[in-house]
Parts: sequence; C-alpha cells; structure tokens
Amino acid sequence: MALLELTDVRAHYGQVRALHGVTLTVEEGEIVALLGANGAGKTTTLRAISAMVAREGTLRFDGRPLGRTAESVARRGITHVPEGRGIFGELTVWENLQMGVYLRRDRRAAQRELAELCDETPWFRDRRGQQAGTLSGGEQQLLALGRARLTKPRLVLLDEPSLGLAPLVVQRFFEVVRRLNAEQGVTVLVVEQNAAIALEASHRAYVLEVGRVALAGPSAELAKDEAVRSSYLGY
Amino acid sequence: MQQLLQQVVSGLADGSVYGSLALALVLIYRATHIINFAQGEMGMFATYVLWALVTHHGMSYWPAFVLVLALAFVGGVGVHTVVIRPLARAPELTIVMATIALLVVLNGLAGWIWGPDEKVVGSPFPNNSWNVGGVLVSEQSVGVIAITLGCVLVLWLFFRFTKVGLALRASAVNPQASRVLGVRVPWMLALGWGLASVLSAISGTMAAASFYVFTPSYMQSVLIYAFAAAVLGGLESPLGAVVGGLALGVTVNLLGHYVGWIGSDLQLPVALAALLAVLLVRPGGLFGRVAVRRV
Amino acid sequence: MRRAVPLAWLAAGAVAIVLLPNVLSDFREFQLAYVGVYFIAVLGLNLLTGYSGQISLGHGGFMMIGAYTTAILSVHHGIRDVWTIPLAAIVAGLVGFAFGFPALRFRGVYLALATFAIPVALIQIAKKFAFTGGGGGMNLTRIVSGNYVYTLTWPIAGGLLVLAWLLVHGRFGRALRAIRESEVAAVSSGVNLALYKSLAFGISAAYAGVAGSLYALAVAYVNPDTFPITLSILLLTGAVVGGLGSLGGVVFGALFIEYVPLYSPNILDGFEKIVPLHLDSKAAGAPAVVYGIILLLVLFLIPSGVAGLLRAASARLERLRGGRTAGAPAAAPPTTEANG
Repeated sequence: MALLELTDVRAHYGQVRALHGVTLTVEEGEIVALLGANGAGKTTTLRAISAMVAREGTLRFDGRPLGRTAESVARRGITHVPEGRGIFGELTVWENLQMGVYLRRDRRAAQRELAELCDETPWFRDRRGQQAGTLSGGEQQLLALGRARLTKPRLVLLDEPSLGLAPLVVQRFFEVVRRLNAEQGVTVLVVEQNAAIALEASHRAYVLEVGRVALAGPSAELAKDEAVRSSYLGY
Repeated sequence: MQQLLQQVVSGLADGSVYGSLALALVLIYRATHIINFAQGEMGMFATYVLWALVTHHGMSYWPAFVLVLALAFVGGVGVHTVVIRPLARAPELTIVMATIALLVVLNGLAGWIWGPDEKVVGSPFPNNSWNVGGVLVSEQSVGVIAITLGCVLVLWLFFRFTKVGLALRASAVNPQASRVLGVRVPWMLALGWGLASVLSAISGTMAAASFYVFTPSYMQSVLIYAFAAAVLGGLESPLGAVVGGLALGVTVNLLGHYVGWIGSDLQLPVALAALLAVLLVRPGGLFGRVAVRRV
Repeated sequence: MRRAVPLAWLAAGAVAIVLLPNVLSDFREFQLAYVGVYFIAVLGLNLLTGYSGQISLGHGGFMMIGAYTTAILSVHHGIRDVWTIPLAAIVAGLVGFAFGFPALRFRGVYLALATFAIPVALIQIAKKFAFTGGGGGMNLTRIVSGNYVYTLTWPIAGGLLVLAWLLVHGRFGRALRAIRESEVAAVSSGVNLALYKSLAFGISAAYAGVAGSLYALAVAYVNPDTFPITLSILLLTGAVVGGLGSLGGVVFGALFIEYVPLYSPNILDGFEKIVPLHLDSKAAGAPAVVYGIILLLVLFLIPSGVAGLLRAASARLERLRGGRTAGAPAAAPPTTEANG
C-alpha cells in the first residue's frame, strides 16, 4: 500500500475547475517529482492534498482518507512547504524554527533535534534573532526546509522550491533534500518548473497537463527520452 | 514644576487607559485585519457587570474584577465565533458595519438592563496622595497605571514566551503557513478576540475608576482617543499603541491644563486635529510601515 | 444594472406622496417629513459609500452643519428660512469637499475612523462657541406645521433624487464606480482620483446639509446633542439596509431610520408573544438593541439590502414568467482553466 494515494482528484477555485481527475501514488521513502507547464495544476495538487482548496475524489494517506482542514492534514504527518516558502517574515529565525515543533509532543527530543539542526546549519543559531523576512531567498528556503524537518514529517510537500533562486543555491538545496531522503527516509513530493533538476533529484516523476496526469515513469527514463523532454518538459 | 509633574502623572493614567484599549484594537487588527468599533462598548459592558457584581451581589472589588476579566474573555471568544467568523469572507464594509451593529447593541443593552442613569462603581484605590519630593502624586493615578501596564506586561510575556502566544502571532502574520504547521487558526483568532476583550475590560474599569461616574456611552470618547493612539502607532504595532496612548494622554492633559482656550471641552477636537496632521505627513503612523501605493 | 424599483413603482410612489397629505394627520405628516429628511441624507451617503466606496461615519456632522447654517442665518441674519436651504447645502458641501483632500490619504477603515471624528469634534465646537448658541442651542423664529415641512421636503427630495440619478448614470457615476472597483485601474484610465473623491464627499455632504437644514426647520430648534454620533451610525445603517449602490433602496433605508426605533416597543411586544422573556419593551436602550440586531440580520442574510432583495425577487419573477434571465449563470458548470 502506497503512503499517499490520489485517485481521480478534482479541485476548483470557485467556479473555475483546476484539476480534472489526478491519479498518482507516492511510496514511502521515495522522492517523486510533479512536473508540467504553468497552469497544469501542480501547485493545486499539493493544495488539494493539504485541503487548502475545495476538492473531490479519493485522497488516502497511510490507507486512511485525508481530513477536510489543513490543520488535520498537518497533524497526520504531512508537512507542506508552500510556494514562496511560507516563512513568518515578521518573526525571528528562531521563532520560525520553534513553529516547526508546534505539533511535537516530545518536547525534549524536539529541542534536541533543533540543536542538532543548528549544528548542521550554524547560521540558524548565529542569526537566531534576525527577522526571517530579511533573509535571502536561499536562506529562507533552507529555513523552511529546516522547519519542515522539525515537524518529523512522514511526507514533505515542496512547492516550487527553486522559484527565484540562483542555480547553485537550487543545487545545494536539492542535495539537502536527497540526503534527508537517503539518511532519514523522509518521503518527498516535489512540484517543480525546473524539470531538469527535479528529474535529477527524484526517483519517479509525473507530468501534469491541463489538470490531469499525462505521463508517468522513473525519472531517469523520462530525463533520457528526447521526445518527452521536448514536448512536455521544454528542454 | 510640581503642577507639571502632577499633570504628567495624571496624563499617564489617562494615557494608560487609552493605550490598553488601543492595544486591544491593534491585537484584533493584526490577527483579523478588522477594526472593531465595538471595542470600547465591550469594555463598557464588562464595567457594568463589575458594577452589578459589586453593588447588587455584594462582591468586593478585586475578586469581582478578576471574575469580570474571565467573563470578558469568554465574551470576546463568543463575539468572534457568533458574529465575526461567519462573516470572514464578506467585504470589508460588511464587517465594519457588523462591529458597528455590535456597538449599537451593546450600548442599548447596557442602558436597557441597568438603566441610562449615571452609575458609580467607585475606585478600588484609596483617595490619597503620596508626597514624592514635594510633588503630590495621587494613588489613584498610580494604581491605574500599575494595573493597566501590569496587565499589558503579562500579555507581552504571554506572546513572547509561550507556545500558544507564538502560534497566535504566527497566525496573524501568515495564517496559511500556520495551518500547514498544524495550528488551528480559527481557535487562535478566537483567542485573540478573547484577550482583546480582556484588555477592553481593563481599560473600561480603570476609566470608570478615573471618571468616577459613568453611563452607557462613557467609553465612546475613550474609544476615539484609543483609535488615535493606535493609528499614531501604525495600527500594526502593539508597542506603538501603548506608547501612543501614553503620549496622547499626557499631551492632551497638558494642553487642556496650560492652554486656556482649549480647556477640557476642546481637548478631543484638538487631539483629533493633531492626529490628522500627523497622518497627513506620515500616513502609516509614527511607528508604522506604509505600503507605497503612489497613484 | 438591473433597476430594483421599476419606473411604474416610482410613478406610483410619487402619486402616493402627493395624495397622502389629504388623508394623514398633521402629526403623521411630520413623521413622513422626517422620512423625507432621512431620504435626502441617505441618498447623499449612498453616493459616497455605495457608489464610490468611501465609508463615512460622519454624515450626522454634515447634517449638523446644514442645520446650524440655517439656524444662524435665519436667527442672526434674518434670512428667510427657506432660502437658507441652498446656502446650507453649499456650506456643508464645501466642508465635505475640503475633507475629501485629507481623506485621500486614508483608505478603508482609516477613512471610517477619520469620518467618525467629524461629528464628535463638531459637537464639542458647537458647545464651546457663542455664535452657535453654546450648549443651549438656538431656537428658530418660525414654528411650522407638519404639512408645511412635508410639502417643502418631498419635492426637494424628488428633485435631489433626479439629480442623483443623473449623476450616477453619467460620467460622474462611472468614474465613482471605477474608483470603487480599483483605484489604480481608474487612474490608469485617466480618472482624476483626487477630484472625483473630493467631489463625491462634497456632493454627499451637500445632500446631508440640505437634510439638516430641513430638519432644523421642522424642529425649529438646533442643539449640539441633536446630532450625536448615533445619528451618523443610524444613517449608515439606513444606507446599508436600503442597499448600498442602489438608488431604489434609499426610501426603505429612510423608513427604517424613522420607524424602527419608534416602533421598537411594538416589535418587542410582538417578539414577547413568541418568546416570553418579560422584557420592559419601553426601556431606554431597547430601540438601539432592536435596530442593531436587525442590522446584523440584514448583514448576515441580505447584505445587499432591501434593494438587493427586490432585484433578486424580480429576477426570479422574470425567470418564472419564462423571460430572459438577467442574473449570473450560477447553474453553469465550471469550464475555464486556472493556474496549476
């Protein structure tokens, strides 16, 4: 049984339909990429999982259906890093990280993990009092990911993490993602416009077109297929 | 000189009443982006309950005060749940009108239940003055300042150092991001309204202690001063609201005392004119940030 | 835009207004004259808040300016009271227009707060100075009958309604609506924001000034406490209940303002029959509770006011008759794509 199963999921913004029936799965321990052109429905799919948009269809996590509020989905162990990183700009770096442990019951363990995270990324500690809104895009992305890790998620949803970031920063970011996946078994569903880097970092990929899954397969194969690349992925 | 210091102290007492109500306004504005026109009347209603408890039920002041704060919290949560939350997606004008309707209902209700005549709840502070280096400082003023700023301090500690306080702040800054971290944002908003209601109750009771007599409409001028203080502070800045309130209290008091033609009648219009002048120069208030929108 | 009140109804209303004095007592004529006064004030307020989207909690203050202008001119300067009406309009209009400029700096709720301050400040000023009669106010020289005020007020109301209709359907109205939708878009289409917003304030204040002037004539007395902040709230309530952005609903708003507080004991007694709460229905404060709750109900259930209700009702009637539907295609399935 897959960790996440979406079957014929439809979503709409008011009168406007955005997803016409998306079916996909994510197995535990995988990194799955969700690709497609602008307007294809990638972000909407993530928002449908997080109950941030009106949706119908079947969404199962760990065999059980997902709840109807974003808070309940978060409490199941799904952490969504939204487009634009979802940082609390007016709060400090430290306070942003503390929000990551909001749901954790094991306070001691959580604070210990926070300390370990700061050892890995020293500037979390050095600049803990800095207002998060004044960080650079790349730093905010790392902060968002760090905060996501602290929630001890079963599944992380990443929405366009490369948006507005320099290529080198994006590379480093995906290295961190891959390490997390390999060392700690965190499952990742990542939405990306930058198909090349997403395919490089993921195990499998889905390509969305006009609110439906048009193509699916192992990332390595999709990346090699010239026809797929030029017609669906634009490179 | 002594006169001046006395006026400053009593100005600070008035200012702390304005500042606490202003803080309530800012709290709600930051959390829900609504100006609650009924904020003053909520404080008024709490004060009437206090009066009723002390006068008709024989409670002594401070236990009644604490009980009223608790009731005010529940009332604030109730108002948010019943009136504000259902209108969450309505246009701004509708929500403004809803808080105005609340103002009208509370005002009428107080007069209906307890009568429109003047009431006296008496001051919990003794009618003494301390002699501090030749300056007569009234215990009343000090008491009002202590209670009000003490509660503001407690609230600050709550926001700064507790998990729930952080979650409340986060919900105000970015509700979507808070939800996906598991925060039950609607509960946080209700909590915010509850706390704001407590602040209003503090402002209302301390104002009644200062004014001595009160009627259902007594908080309306306080509300205007509180608006002025909050707007001066930039509507988003809690510190600005409190400091603005204190500054306004002192300034208005000194102006009324030392500038003959203002007296006590024209204090309000002059304060408003000053506010208008400040806003023309700095539309975001003294502490606020302005989103540039040149057109 | 679908009209809430068809032309036939307007004609019928006009005929009724002309004929009513023959069957009503002088007291009732007074009441209906007040309805006319509120009609004019709410009409002006609607132009500002409904059409240009600027919230005003200060229109009681503009009424006060009109009333005091009439009082001062007729008592101190001996001008015949009827001729003071246009002067009251001009004075109030100029103050409103002047207020429009600083008001430009305030958006939304900030503006509501700023206008909230107007009547408060005016009351204090009126109390302080001698030429306004101080706290005691002023008595006007002529006491008039209900019939007199009625026949003075309603033709003026009618004329101002026609004026409002012309404004709304002309360039002015289009500019205001553009401003309400999006100020930035309006400016890029060449609308002079400062001018139109201030004009809206000025015209709206002038209307309120006329209303205040007529009110002073009717009561033959002005006093700082006659125009408290609650009046401004009541005017805005009437505008909302009638339906913002619609001329057809204004009369319902005016009727609401005059009669709901007046008949609140009856409303409460009726309520008592359903839910026996043993309330003192004649207590002070009861009318406020009643009209406040009605306002809340309107905001929850029919936010576009009585005018909106009438529009929806007539649209439904047309659909039943099999006519062309003018309403939005609410039943159509979603078809367009959104950003993914």
